[in-house]
Amino acid sequence: MSEILVKNGYVYDPKNGVNGDVMDIAIRDNKIVDKVSATAKVIDASGKVVMAGGIDIHCHVAGPKVNAGRLMRPEDKLFNTSRRGKMTRSGGGFSVPSTFETGYLYSKMGYTQANEAAMPPLLARHTHEEILDTPLIDQSAYTLLGNNWLVMEYIKSGEKDKLNAFIAWMLNATKGYCVKLVNPGGSEAWGWGLNCVQVTDSVPYFDVTPLEIIKGLTEANEALKLPTSIHLHCNNLGHPGNYTTTLDSIKLLENVMPHNKELRDQVINFAHMQFHAYGGTTWKDFESEADKIADSINKNKNMTVDVGFVTLDETTTMTADGPMEYYLHNTNHLKWVNSDVELETAAGVVPYVYSPKIHVCGIQWAIGLELALMIDDPMRAFITTDHPNAGPFRSYPKIISWLMSNQARLERLETLHKWVPDRVNIGGLSRVYDFYDIAKSTRAGPARALGLGDTKGHLGVGADADVAVLNYNPKTMDPTTDPIGIKKAFTNTACTIKGGDIVVLDGEVVSKGNKRTIWVNAMNGTMDPRVMHDIESKFLRFYSVTMNNYPVQDAYIRDSLEIKPEVAL
Amino acid sequence: MKKISLKPKEKEYLFLDADNITPDNFAGKTLDEIRATEIYEGNRTYALGDYFDVTGESDLDPNEIGIVIDGSVPKVKYIGMRMSAGKILVKGSVGSYVGGWMTGGLIKVNGDAGSYAGISMQGGELIIDGDAGDYLGANYRGDWRGMKGGKIVVGGSAGSDIGEFMLGGEIVVKGNVELQAGIHANGGKIVVEGDAESRVGAQMTKGEIVVLGKIGYWLPGFIYQKDDQLEYNGTTYNVKVYQGDRGDGGKGILYYAGA
Repeated sequence: MSEILVKNGYVYDPKNGVNGDVMDIAIRDNKIVDKVSATAKVIDASGKVVMAGGIDIHCHVAGPKVNAGRLMRPEDKLFNTSRRGKMTRSGGGFSVPSTFETGYLYSKMGYTQANEAAMPPLLARHTHEEILDTPLIDQSAYTLLGNNWLVMEYIKSGEKDKLNAFIAWMLNATKGYCVKLVNPGGSEAWGWGLNCVQVTDSVPYFDVTPLEIIKGLTEANEALKLPTSIHLHCNNLGHPGNYTTTLDSIKLLENVMPHNKELRDQVINFAHMQFHAYGGTTWKDFESEADKIADSINKNKNMTVDVGFVTLDETTTMTADGPMEYYLHNTNHLKWVNSDVELETAAGVVPYVYSPKIHVCGIQWAIGLELALMIDDPMRAFITTDHPNAGPFRSYPKIISWLMSNQARLERLETLHKWVPDRVNIGGLSRVYDFYDIAKSTRAGPARALGLGDTKGHLGVGADADVAVLNYNPKTMDPTTDPIGIKKAFTNTACTIKGGDIVVLDGEVVSKGNKRTIWVNAMNGTMDPRVMHDIESKFLRFYSVTMNNYPVQDAYIRDSLEIKPEVAL
Repeated sequence: MKKISLKPKEKEYLFLDADNITPDNFAGKTLDEIRATEIYEGNRTYALGDYFDVTGESDLDPNEIGIVIDGSVPKVKYIGMRMSAGKILVKGSVGSYVGGWMTGGLIKVNGDAGSYAGISMQGGELIIDGDAGDYLGANYRGDWRGMKGGKIVVGGSAGSDIGEFMLGGEIVVKGNVELQAGIHANGGKIVVEGDAESRVGAQMTKGEIVVLGKIGYWLPGFIYQKDDQLEYNGTTYNVKVYQGDRGDGGKGILYYAGA
């Protein structure tokens, strides 16, 4: 039995309504408890901020396209490597760090969970292998289902029970956590050299529309009572004027309610909304429509967004949205990886430099911040960069400093292209986040959206012992005028505790951690034989692997946190 | 200017990574501290003093430091990497990556240099009296932004792929070059006083290449523009001017004397 007492910190815990009160957090083994004995190890947090461990709801940190990004960009590792330490292995990479470096960096920033947002089912094993190699943080992976042939066939024929059974089987076979849609229908259309730009465009051969796919999978998701909602990467990502497509997708689910409001509020999480809030008709008259998107999200309480802030760094874009990466490659003419995953999805990887000198990049930077500042409730707008697409996750401290300080935002705005101020609304937004809001949008909010609100993202009794202690005194220092101090505090924590284990102390990794893989087991009892027959026939006729070699074996999930929905099939 | 002399000891080693041998790094250090500078053989760390006799005196200002490597060190890599000021003289040959990423100062090598000399250079001057290897003044692997500034002068010949992805600066090779000089160049200037074996300027989009000798195998993407005269080092050459590489929509200029 191990005991820790985090003493006298300024605690920010939105779920339990604690806003900067001086409190002790008691930890026994891997849980937060009422009190501990006098022999507990004491972490002195006086004059410091204490929050739950951070949760990254949407990032690309494991799997085949992440590795493709590492392979194609040796220059990303140049001068960005770290040598082996006492507790750490060597690693490197600025925008696509190696697996070990990923775990260390997240932990140093006070994060204790990162969720891989796009796992191609056929390559789930590779994704889980990388997750096993990423130390210290809990991880889950979202199974890509928005372009799956069988999904589209069941939606076309309206066989809802079969769709539900198939989704449950797929989550189980891939050890996935949620139903992820990336450019629904569009990535499949890319196999024909086409795309689904509008949500009413028909997918070639399958003759379903993105709207039908989104609706069908939302219904299946709620019928299966899965812990989190569907996560949607909308159609038409990253094109001027795409906000109308986004509004169409929002409208579709206006009246759909989650199966259990105690568990979570949303039926859909819109991924990296910044990429979907673009106005104008070309890049030349490109402008922000963040206000319209934010209005719509404010009205629809059954939806959440993760923002996908542009951090103005050089990065590597990677997505299962194959046609979008082709478009991007034609824009910047840099190297391009293109991939088709048979029957399931596609992918692309292209390096990208978000240059402050280019008006488009400046406007994108402002759109991200506008979304976060215009959406009223930080419990529904999460800090992400869609790592590494809009920026590497190592830039989160920069984003936090911009959110907390209007002065820092205005100073950055001044350095951008001269067209930017007229095309955006950021200059007129004086709202700033405080530590309570930051705790909502990086801790309590994502935890609740993932259906893990009971154990994650808060510091109440019974929660997992994931705690971040930050070197910042909110009583003597002022975040609104001190962006540098904020960046420092959120880059290297004074202490990060994960699962009751002190993993980072004074910005140094001091433990090998106790990472877990979180996945959802929605299968219980017998499988519908008709669905099994359909799956088998797909393998016999089309897949390049046999079905025996498809599901991820249990050995790939070493420390498993298996979540069972209340009513499983 | 203060002189710091590094005399190679008689010692066996495979290859040494010596990116810490720069005036910037030695500035403000005592001789003992310089002797303790880290130097790497594979994944093992040693002290500079294990491999070199260090004498002379240092200065606070790197501009005032001249490092003399008193011997031939063809298996010591990365000498002068990322240096911004001061001077380095090598009285012999050096290994690969000499002057890589340098932003200022002067490096003079009396002998030959290995491959990747002056890679991704941004400023300063690199003079190699002997021959240079492949990828002279080239980009780092995978990067689409190569040499941005500075000047490289090679007294002898150079290998293949010199000035790859070059954006600025100048490379002068007094001898011959092998394949693909100026491949992917998007700026800068390359002068080859001798012959170029083949495929000069492959996929170049901007920049200038001058070949005073003969080109062995031409790329079809270079289109003849006109005859012209070119002043170079006080001599006037009759040159043919080509534009290319049209295979990549390029507007690079190739001056060819063919002498």
